Amino acid sequence: MEQRPEEVARKTRILQALENQHTSVTFEDALENDMILNMGPQHPATHGVLRLLIRLDGETVVGCVPEVGYLHRGYEKLAESCTYHEFIPHTDRLDYLSPLNNNTAYALAVEKLLGIEAPPRAQYLRVMISELARISSHLMFLGSLAMDVGALTVWMWAFREREKQYDLFENIAGARFTTSYTRIGGLAQDVSAETLAMVKKFVDELPGHLLECENLLNTNRIFLERTDGIGVVTPDQAVDLGFTGPGLRACGIGHDLRKANPYLVYNDLDFSVPVYTGGDALARYYVRMDEMRESVKLIHQVLQKMPGGDVHAFKPKKVLPRKERVYTKMEELIHDFMIVNFGVEPPVGEIYSAVEAPKGELGFYIYSNGEGYPWRLKIRSPSFVNLQTLPVMMKGCMISDVVAIIGSLDPVMGEADK
Amino acid sequence: MNAKIIEALKSRFGEQAAQTSEFRGELTVIIPKERIVEVCRFLKEDPGLRFDFLADLSGLDMFTPVNRFAVVYNLYSLANKHRIRLKVFTEEDEPKLPTMTGVWSTANWHERETFDMFGIVFEGHPDMRRVYLPDEFEHHPLRKDFPLMGIPGSLPLPKKS
Repeated sequence: MEQRPEEVARKTRILQALENQHTSVTFEDALENDMILNMGPQHPATHGVLRLLIRLDGETVVGCVPEVGYLHRGYEKLAESCTYHEFIPHTDRLDYLSPLNNNTAYALAVEKLLGIEAPPRAQYLRVMISELARISSHLMFLGSLAMDVGALTVWMWAFREREKQYDLFENIAGARFTTSYTRIGGLAQDVSAETLAMVKKFVDELPGHLLECENLLNTNRIFLERTDGIGVVTPDQAVDLGFTGPGLRACGIGHDLRKANPYLVYNDLDFSVPVYTGGDALARYYVRMDEMRESVKLIHQVLQKMPGGDVHAFKPKKVLPRKERVYTKMEELIHDFMIVNFGVEPPVGEIYSAVEAPKGELGFYIYSNGEGYPWRLKIRSPSFVNLQTLPVMMKGCMISDVVAIIGSLDPVMGEADK
Repeated sequence: MNAKIIEALKSRFGEQAAQTSEFRGELTVIIPKERIVEVCRFLKEDPGLRFDFLADLSGLDMFTPVNRFAVVYNLYSLANKHRIRLKVFTEEDEPKLPTMTGVWSTANWHERETFDMFGIVFEGHPDMRRVYLPDEFEHHPLRKDFPLMGIPGSLPLPKKS
């Protein structure tokens, strides 16, 4: 089919990218035709503002180009004019389903740059909040995947549990959604014994509620047929595409940064990394369900082993002092003034620090030139990189599988678009 | 591990991979841009090193008259659980680098992002489009000379039909 030059010029570049993709489809019948379908950015099954351009042969997907950027807020640019402390609230808005995990990841990165460490109690609490955030994110995954393939009850049940978690987050951090709980060198405040009792009650009850959801799904023929063998990624493809997180572990590669490069106190805690070999949507579902149980196990251990003490490192030039001391002591007032106005001044250097976020490897690359502001702060967001696997997963699947694949990938656009 | 990597790089590439630095236990190696693909392929395929995973690729604007832009490759070895950072500098008047998509497919979007944010063109990239900002946008916002508040009127509104 020949196209007139003005037609070519009118085509958007994303459309050209789709047509440039190598496709092996042939149209023998004159009546058959390929169709280009635009899905999103306003589509309930794309989990935010993901846009897909899908090329169809009948009902079969022959090519797919994901388009991101509809939620781009320029956090990397903003970071360059924030002090290291001022950027903490922005990390909440990356993966907004597990803000506590992002807070922890960012605090760890800056602490690595500064060469300081949070006290043991803060480290245990950080493990606890990271695992709570992981459960929160995976519950969202569970609910939305089930809803994407047509099971609305699981969505309601998962959200009932998430609601309890938001009550916990409110008690821990003072906010339900945008927690901003970590500080450089520690945490915003200690957790009370009542809150820890609430956490214990929540993790005691959670496995039973997960079982309820699994009873609805694991032998459900519709759910199994919609996810089994759908969106397969081979291990080689996954590594080549930079796939991380539960998706990678569903391909048979047991890579988990909590085990591979232990940070915080993960080394002292006993947990296993669930690995499945299917590489499909069902395997990704199984991995996440098992991970939630491992998180419960971790939180139980944290509650048992957590030492007492301060949640702030004693590094007056690097860590914000306590407010009550700022108001009463001269020295602390000076340090507070200096840190708030000029920022903590790390040495010249560059670091890359990554944690295992619910969706994969969340990394921060910080280049410091010795000032109170990062010269460059790059966010390696797992959702952004994981979305690259979509064209591979979708090739050859049916149009109805598209929503199941996106659901099983569990992208969060706040993180992918930064 | 870091000493082993330096030794392996030096024996293979000689002086061209000799510029190394270490900070907080992380190794950074500065590579001339002509050799970067070769070095990456070597690090990926060498049986002792096996840096098979490109964790991150990002641009960096040093805002200096020479060697203004840098591209930073954070590699990870799934087998050895070790990280290494490679850095390549490029000039302001011709910010061009060879693409890494032939070694790792994941470089595709990372390079598009670097092009979007810094205007560094990756030669041989299969799909060199902007990834976040609209195609009509003319600036590269993470360059240090782009103001934080943006440039008024630089984002064209869609035409009314």
